[in-house]
Amino acid sequence: MSIATVRGEPYEALPHDLYIPPDALEVFLETFEGPLDLLLYLIRRQNLDILDIPIARITDQYMRYVELMSDQRLALAAEYLVMAAMLAEIKARMLMPRTSSGDDEDDPDPRAELVRRLREYEQFRAAGEQIDQLPRVARDVFPAQASHSAPAVTRAAPAVALDELFEAFAAVMARADLSTHHAVRREALSVRERMSTTLARLQGERFVALTDLLDAREGRAGVVVTFLAVLELLKDALLEIVQAEAFAPLYLRARGGSEAGAAQA
Amino acid sequence: MSDGGQPAPEVILEAALLAAGTPLDLQQLQAVFGDDPPDRESLEAALARLETQLADRGVELARVAGGWRLQVPARCAPWVARLWEEKPARYSRAVLETLAIIAYRQPVTRAEIEAIRGVSPSTAIMQTLQSRGWIRVAGHRDSPGRPAVFATTRDFLDHFNLASLDELPTLTDHPEQENE
Repeated sequence: MSIATVRGEPYEALPHDLYIPPDALEVFLETFEGPLDLLLYLIRRQNLDILDIPIARITDQYMRYVELMSDQRLALAAEYLVMAAMLAEIKARMLMPRTSSGDDEDDPDPRAELVRRLREYEQFRAAGEQIDQLPRVARDVFPAQASHSAPAVTRAAPAVALDELFEAFAAVMARADLSTHHAVRREALSVRERMSTTLARLQGERFVALTDLLDAREGRAGVVVTFLAVLELLKDALLEIVQAEAFAPLYLRARGGSEAGAAQA
Repeated sequence: MSDGGQPAPEVILEAALLAAGTPLDLQQLQAVFGDDPPDRESLEAALARLETQLADRGVELARVAGGWRLQVPARCAPWVARLWEEKPARYSRAVLETLAIIAYRQPVTRAEIEAIRGVSPSTAIMQTLQSRGWIRVAGHRDSPGRPAVFATTRDFLDHFNLASLDELPTLTDHPEQENE
């Protein structure tokens, strides 16, 4: 007699991979990086389709692992219990009759959010492994140095007055056109990276003119990337933008960074 | 380069980069030439020549976020590593996953990292990454609790041999999705 039927196929026995030698259990359970990692392990181990998770079966298996952890008196992270509750809720909603008239927006698959989170986590789990494989200083590459007697010289960047920058901005787009003609190759610019550098520039300073952030040498693409980064930061409530009157220069400031930013620095 | 007695620009660049031992950007490299610095284009041409000349050597020219750096190439690592008894640190999956989320999704809060990983990043993980100089607090979000947002640093890019975040491996949609 089968104990369960999964996608039409009867299962005669419990999955073998539930048996773990008692000594190995603690080590084994500690290798999971959280409830999503454990769930992915259960799904991938059995070659299940992540888009069509047999939720009742996975919930049972998950609960068995959680019970094993409790038996071993491992400090059970609260996150595991939250996930158990989420699985139970999905399982309950799966049992509810669904309207077959089929309007997906009114009646989404109860598993959709779980699937989204699992796939997102899996993506970053893989990204972590890929980052680990990048050539790394002192592991794969080693900065070369020859002995020398001359002391290191640092050249300070010249200070630029704020009012000069506004004048410079008027010519930025025109000069951007000029410099793109002479560009040897276009440098790839990342909005995410620009968001971080922009935020860094605004730390510690009261206000910075928008024009101050734009660099004509980067060409039109550079100006656009900076502008997009500023818009993203505004949307994330990390920056605020002020203007004294109509057509006055725009000034940017890191939001709430004044006190805490100083403390960090 | 016009003076008879002066070494070729790529030789000067090689010497400067070896002496510095840290990445030098184009401006710093130009400054090495004193009163008559080569323009950006001829400097890049000289760097390209240096890179070609070093192709089969035990040292290579690498472009990283901090500029240009001379380094022992990865293919020589197995031998060079024997100079040191201690193995370089290995980082746990928790550290690498947290670092990946910050690198790809910056600026992010701890709560956003938790939302993706399903577990909150421990203080120890964040301290490890901060003390390595790979991440920093980039600001504070103007929402309840004013949470800190984290971003990667230039040191992170330099350490992982990257010139910019665009050189990070592309996020794959379903890394382990079996072919059906």
